[in-house]
Amino acid sequence: MNRHRRYVCDTTELHLRHRGLHLRLRWLSLLIAGLLGVAAFGAQGDPALDARLKTLENELRCLVCQNQTLAESNAPLAEDLRKEVRELAVAGKSDDDIRAYLVARYGDFVLYKPPVKATTYALWFGPFVLLAAGIAVWVTVLRRRARMPADDAPDDASTADDGAAASRPRALLGE
Amino acid sequence: MPTTHATAESRAVPTKWLRWSLPLAIFLVVLGFLFVGLFRDPREVPSPLIGKPAPAFSLAQLHRPEQTLTTQDMRGQVWLLNVWASWCVSCKVEHPLLVDLAKANVVPVIGLAYKDKPEDGLAWLAANGDPYRLSIVDRDGRVGIDFGVYGVPETFVIDKSGVIRYKQIGPLTADALRQTILPLVRELQKS
Repeated sequence: MNRHRRYVCDTTELHLRHRGLHLRLRWLSLLIAGLLGVAAFGAQGDPALDARLKTLENELRCLVCQNQTLAESNAPLAEDLRKEVRELAVAGKSDDDIRAYLVARYGDFVLYKPPVKATTYALWFGPFVLLAAGIAVWVTVLRRRARMPADDAPDDASTADDGAAASRPRALLGE
Repeated sequence: MPTTHATAESRAVPTKWLRWSLPLAIFLVVLGFLFVGLFRDPREVPSPLIGKPAPAFSLAQLHRPEQTLTTQDMRGQVWLLNVWASWCVSCKVEHPLLVDLAKANVVPVIGLAYKDKPEDGLAWLAANGDPYRLSIVDRDGRVGIDFGVYGVPETFVIDKSGVIRYKQIGPLTADALRQTILPLVRELQKS
């Protein structure tokens, strides 16, 4: 039963592919004619708009394949959204309007650059806080090392900052 | 010199304690984050539409294309909007649950055939059972975009005043229905 079905599928696919080729050739010739027409009449499309959309689409996330931008993705939804974005842009909406339109529907997640707000403080400032903490630890260790009496400091660098380990032999010697 | 000695000695005590407790604390925090992350689905993006009025639509019905259904028509009752398509594989998984739900007659479910040919949708419903009070067709996916649909199937719980209260992304499960959706529906129906 299954095999039979698969067979039927294959022939339909072949048939479609055959038809597809025909259609594709027809489209290709149309496309060439179109391009020639555009070349002849000057800029029919709007390169400025295309460039603007390209930049905008590169900042937007496709929700179907989440690690791709709207510009890169081949998902049907990305296609629809690109169409939607273009229509909004043609209708005179600004980039911010378009971003707001998408955020209202899909949330901040559509933006590759998330907005700075209470819920994203950790995301935006977390790395800097960690960096500051790291520098603070580093500075403390350096300061303590500098404060240590030079003659007491052991040669081994790995135990140089170990106050407890350094003071132990000192205490032993003192007694 | 004895004074420096004393401070070094007193400093050593908290440092020694911090030396093992601080990395342990950091480790535990990271572990906690990762552990919670195990049970979260990155595909489930919280919808900004929850708590907001359902987007207005006016769509042709699947069975009677000359008639439309609008958001306004559903005012005054709690309802579910189930976004599905005949090309959607996981819709078949949740479908028996919807059929059962329709039999129980607890809440009307409106089916939104998302980016589907009406004839395909009709054939699919004929083959798998039709649990919907009404089906509407979103041929070009525009209404889907307004609802922030990105992974079919999706199910929205909409209250009497037309506000979206909950969104299930992906197929409904018996657990999700029993533990979340139906209790919410009952509560909303009371108010």
